[in-house]
Amino acid sequence: MNTPADPMAEIRASFFVECEELLEALQDGLQTISDGPEDAESIHVVFRAVHSIKGGAGAFGLEALVHFAHRFENILDDVRNGRMGVDAAALKVFFQATDHLADLVAACRDETPPPQARTEELLIDLDALLGADSPEKTPAPAQISFEPTPVSLPFDLSDDLPPLPPLDAPAVQEPSATSRGFDILFTPNADLFETGSEPALLFECLAELGNLTVDCDTSKLPVLQQLSPETPMISWSLSLETTAELAEVASIFEFVEGLCTLAIMQRTAPDPEADVTPSPEQPLVAQTDLAVEDISAIAPAQKAVSTPAPKSVVRVDLDRIERLVNLVGELVINQAMLSQSLETSGLSPHSDAMNGLEEFQRLTRDIQDSVMMIRAQPVKSLFQRMARIVREASFAVGKDVRLVTEGDSTEVDKTVIERLADPLTHMIRNAVDHGLEDVATREKMGKDPQGQVRLTAAHRSGRVIIEVSDDGAGIDRAHVLKTAQAKGLIAADAMLSDPEIDNLLFLPGFSTVTEVSDLSGRGVGMDVVRTEIQSLGGRVTIHSDPGVGTRFSISLPLTLAVLDGMIVEVAGQTLVLPLNLVIETLTLAKKDVQSVRPGHPVIEVRGTFVPVIDLGLQLGYRAAATDFEGTAALLIRDEDGTRAALIIDDILDQRQVVIKGLNDGFYRAPGVAAATILGDGQIALILEPSDIMNQAFKTAGTPPPSALAPPPAEGLHP
Amino acid sequence: MSLHILAVDDSRTMRDMIRHALTPEGFTVTTADDGMHGIEVLNGIAPDAIITDINMPRMDGFGFIDAVREQEKHRATPILVLTTEAAPELKARARKAGATGWVVKPFDPVKLIKALHMVAG
Repeated sequence: MNTPADPMAEIRASFFVECEELLEALQDGLQTISDGPEDAESIHVVFRAVHSIKGGAGAFGLEALVHFAHRFENILDDVRNGRMGVDAAALKVFFQATDHLADLVAACRDETPPPQARTEELLIDLDALLGADSPEKTPAPAQISFEPTPVSLPFDLSDDLPPLPPLDAPAVQEPSATSRGFDILFTPNADLFETGSEPALLFECLAELGNLTVDCDTSKLPVLQQLSPETPMISWSLSLETTAELAEVASIFEFVEGLCTLAIMQRTAPDPEADVTPSPEQPLVAQTDLAVEDISAIAPAQKAVSTPAPKSVVRVDLDRIERLVNLVGELVINQAMLSQSLETSGLSPHSDAMNGLEEFQRLTRDIQDSVMMIRAQPVKSLFQRMARIVREASFAVGKDVRLVTEGDSTEVDKTVIERLADPLTHMIRNAVDHGLEDVATREKMGKDPQGQVRLTAAHRSGRVIIEVSDDGAGIDRAHVLKTAQAKGLIAADAMLSDPEIDNLLFLPGFSTVTEVSDLSGRGVGMDVVRTEIQSLGGRVTIHSDPGVGTRFSISLPLTLAVLDGMIVEVAGQTLVLPLNLVIETLTLAKKDVQSVRPGHPVIEVRGTFVPVIDLGLQLGYRAAATDFEGTAALLIRDEDGTRAALIIDDILDQRQVVIKGLNDGFYRAPGVAAATILGDGQIALILEPSDIMNQAFKTAGTPPPSALAPPPAEGLHP
Repeated sequence: MSLHILAVDDSRTMRDMIRHALTPEGFTVTTADDGMHGIEVLNGIAPDAIITDINMPRMDGFGFIDAVREQEKHRATPILVLTTEAAPELKARARKAGATGWVVKPFDPVKLIKALHMVAG
């Protein structure tokens, strides 16, 4: 395939993209088989996936991939044809083989050396599966080598061909220009025409080899009245002068072999055995019948398939989408500027211009949603990667773990998905390694010896919630507390509530396991996970029940680009708060505000006390206010239920803002998440309310009254 | 003469490869993603030859060939089967289903073209 490199490179790239899809289908199929009763279609899907990978890999000469895929495919073929059953052990090997196949695909794509040792290991495992059923099924090496095979190999004829006599006919062996003569007798059967073959075309091909004369024998033709138009009655005798060898001449009849009476006689080598006379062979027919039975066995299953038709898709460079997203961001800002200038120009709200502007706003929002949708992807691929992590992790620590996923189709911004991989991997490993008990302990506790890790995704009030939970022992709080004290992370006499202890896990440099296992103890703590999630504009919370399990909950914005914000004024500064956290706006009266002790004002909202945080004071804009009469407050609630009333001066607006990240050149002020450009061109900071609450509780020295929802323990940061 | 080919394969890579091999040689190539899709596509075109894969979702190659041969106008349309194995058993099966010939995957473009000329002129 020495065609120009460019289109081939493109096809090659697209092959690897396709491989990703096939691997996904493969994983899915295996999962379905593992979840439910064995169903025929899943096995077919799995088989086809491996088969297609092999097919493409062969086309690009990716030997390592072909080699492994071929052996994997052989086994799956046996499963597909009912020659082998699938049990848990087999599935485990299949999953491992799938993982390895993914590695091989990656190695081929990146042109790194394939993990050969692992290939051999897995092939032994695969063979062991085969061996249990039918050891002779182990493929012969000849089958494994998978060279591009010429179309016209006269495989079928080779048995009939005599070994070429080396002394008698040296000329035959030489591809020299020696001319040979062939006499060919050809009588087609009716079958030949049924399969769409055309004698005239065969003769044309023969004619291309040399000098051909064709004689048509019509002697068997009945009189017209008795003629049955579909019963072939004609034979041909052909004479060919050519430099081509017998094999090449015979290859022209390859497709019609068995559908005709054919005799090819070479004149220059008058060896009677050289005649190839493949008449309709009895064993062949018998085989064919057998094969047909196979098909009919498969056919009903095939008919039952209701696989949705693959959606038509366009592949677009991510950069172009980025550009579009940025442009839409600019559009949002511009639109805000326009509306602001129209308002200040004193136009009536009922004027055409203002009405048009409203429509413009609506359209902008629609465009923006649509653009965001382009970047959204189901988390499925991410979850599948996690399935692999669970398999590897559980294998490494010798635990039996099942991963249950939910909400695979939940769509999240592609960038978010990519950046979630590392934190999730770490959390999953933690769950398997530290969260779940070993089998013996679980049995003693009366639990299912197979541990469970759940990975779920869902949309909740404009955010994506991803949870990793296990049904393990829960957090050993006494141990966590002791460790934190030993490491000097908290005061020796600190009195902490249970959730506060749980949150100690997020402290930098915290690791509860004394002996570092080779699995999750890689120097990455939960603090790194939290930092990573926070950099995505997300929050991670922890919930643990002793003996029942631990749940980590990640809450992320749907997109990294735009935020529904409430624009407020504090001490002359314009600030933005995420709208989804604001549950109520209040105007305070003096009597609403009480003090649990000096400097700790609370307000009563519907029967519970909520701490009051003066945003101006908290951000260092002004001194503490003493009189709250008539001031505006926002009641906010964090993902983990922490509530606070933020004192502000004024609510200016409620609108979408484009998030502009603060790069590393800026000081990372606690409580400030990012910035935005407002309609009047002014820059406003976007606040992170949970951070502000944590800061406030920290400066307050003690957590808020315990009657309130438990605060996170960030207050314990050194 | 420009031959019109319908190529049916569920693998995008294979479809691309076929298209890439045939188009520069003057063939017109139409592709379909599986047997079912192939039948739909066939309604609007009259190809000189059909190339089909065997292992496909929804409708496999054997089912596809059956369905094509059932149509009066395609009783004699040449059909080549793409197969990864040269096993005689597979060839016999393909022929039993009504295929005209076979091409071993991964295919050599030269051989594919030769096979197409062999069955379609």
